[in-house]
Amino acid sequence: MKEIVIISGKGGTGKTVITASIAALVKNKVMGDCDVDASNLYLLLHPEIKEKHDFYAGLIPSINLGKCTNCGRCQEVCRFDAIKTIKGQTVIDLISCEGCGLCALICPVQAIQMKENLCGEWYISETKYGPLVHARLGIAEENSGKLVTLVRQNAQVVAKNNNFELIIIDGPPGIGCPLIATLSGANLAVVVTEPTLSGIHDLERVVKVAQHFGVKTVVIINKFDINLENSAKIEDWCKETNISVIGKIHFDNIITEALVKGLPVVEYSDSTVTKEIKDIWQKINQLTN
Amino acid sequence: MIISVASGKGGTGKTTIAVNLALALAKDKEKNVQFLDCDVEEPNAHLFLKPVITSSESVEIPVPKIDDEKCNYCGKCAEVCVFNAIAVTKNKVLVFPGLCHGCGACTLFCPEKAITEQGKEIGILEEGKAGSINFTHGRLNIGEPMAPPIIRKIKKKAKKDGIKGENNDITSHHITLIDAPPGTSCPVIESIKDSDFTILVTEPTPFGLHDLVLAVEVLRKLKIPHGVVLNKCDIGDHKVEEYCKKNNIPILLSIPLDKEIAVAYSKGIPIVKINSSYEQKFNQLFQKIIQKI
Repeated sequence: MKEIVIISGKGGTGKTVITASIAALVKNKVMGDCDVDASNLYLLLHPEIKEKHDFYAGLIPSINLGKCTNCGRCQEVCRFDAIKTIKGQTVIDLISCEGCGLCALICPVQAIQMKENLCGEWYISETKYGPLVHARLGIAEENSGKLVTLVRQNAQVVAKNNNFELIIIDGPPGIGCPLIATLSGANLAVVVTEPTLSGIHDLERVVKVAQHFGVKTVVIINKFDINLENSAKIEDWCKETNISVIGKIHFDNIITEALVKGLPVVEYSDSTVTKEIKDIWQKINQLTN
Repeated sequence: MIISVASGKGGTGKTTIAVNLALALAKDKEKNVQFLDCDVEEPNAHLFLKPVITSSESVEIPVPKIDDEKCNYCGKCAEVCVFNAIAVTKNKVLVFPGLCHGCGACTLFCPEKAITEQGKEIGILEEGKAGSINFTHGRLNIGEPMAPPIIRKIKKKAKKDGIKGENNDITSHHITLIDAPPGTSCPVIESIKDSDFTILVTEPTPFGLHDLVLAVEVLRKLKIPHGVVLNKCDIGDHKVEEYCKKNNIPILLSIPLDKEIAVAYSKGIPIVKINSSYEQKFNQLFQKIIQKI
């Protein structure tokens, strides 16, 4: 089984547009969307949901007001400033709460109970390009890393059931918990960057994370013609770092047009951009076989 | 007052809006502008504001350290840890610092008092000056998963400096601008909570709209007044405008796609430095925000 993850560090560099196009180009694979707090891949793949599951993670406290003596012990031990006294009554701010459960353990009258927290949903869907495993983290919820892991695990199950050898994952931005959960153990990380100072800065950080976790990394420069000097800098840096730049994609409004139509760009037009993405896929295919 | 700049989708122009608003406001010598870059996974504002960093400190979270002499492997610490950051075998205690949230439950409940806490660096915080702007940002160390403790520390800086004026006066000259990370989960919440207003930056595409709707849900949950800045407003379609109209969300500023702006951005040059008409536009944006609070 091969798992290819498409990531970027900086958001909005074109991860999802490229992932959707690869989905349209490649047969016998499972797609996974690990950008669980702002998942967009489904907007281009138009899935029909086959299975829907609740995602429970972590615990949330609730106070039994009948039992609570407002002794303040819970407030004393909470390190997340999540417990306050308002008009003499102890109250919990669930936004600040990390769900550690210390308050419930310390309460001398057992007035606090920890309950399972429903914090999202995940789905197995069918699309015209093959199966898609995706998820939606509840608004303002935590545990995105666990949900990412669940998406990856189920993408593997779906791949096995279909005898597919390939999983392609649309990753989250950033370098923290959801990105680490997406990246660790993958066979290849494809980093999509752009020739801006922010793009370069974030590329360097995300590549270091991939190297830290021992994942082979390649780079795509999207909108490379916006600043040729910066694109050259990226290529130089990649050379020094021993990473291949497997493709460069022109800036073209056709990408936005395809997006508005809800289509992967390779299905929308036969432009230069389409050819560039096809070449990129050829390179990825060679690298993983 | 605190104004945060957020967006569900990445790459829509949060940093651009925050930086240019800061620069436009700081032109007024009466105003005391503070800039907090809370996107600690991928901080970028410094690339545009080019602050002179004057101090740097380590951000640590407390993780348990087991005293082997005292520990009798009873397993209580692992039992109370909901994050699975401790595992106890017959003669060994394993601590997984990457999973530890630093809640202190293990230390408090260890019957042998065998646990002490040790700081573990997860990132750094830097402070400095960009012209008259007081600048703070944080940087998550490579391989570390948890951004919120760094964000909490950055935001403490804001509180210390007394961002709200006397009598909570919102027209006060102390303005704290927060550049938030993308998304809708914990790092975003940590960054924007306690804001007086949040600017949501988006673009007129299906992705932009989808992620704007999620971001609006977050702000409703947190009860923070908000408005939209529509970036690259002439690409894509009109569905973001329709959504905003229908939901009574003000569009505070629209910025067309402009090659000159895009090229300047790629070099780390803010819009107000290449097109002075934007200084007035960002000041108007601020005036609109004041009226909404």
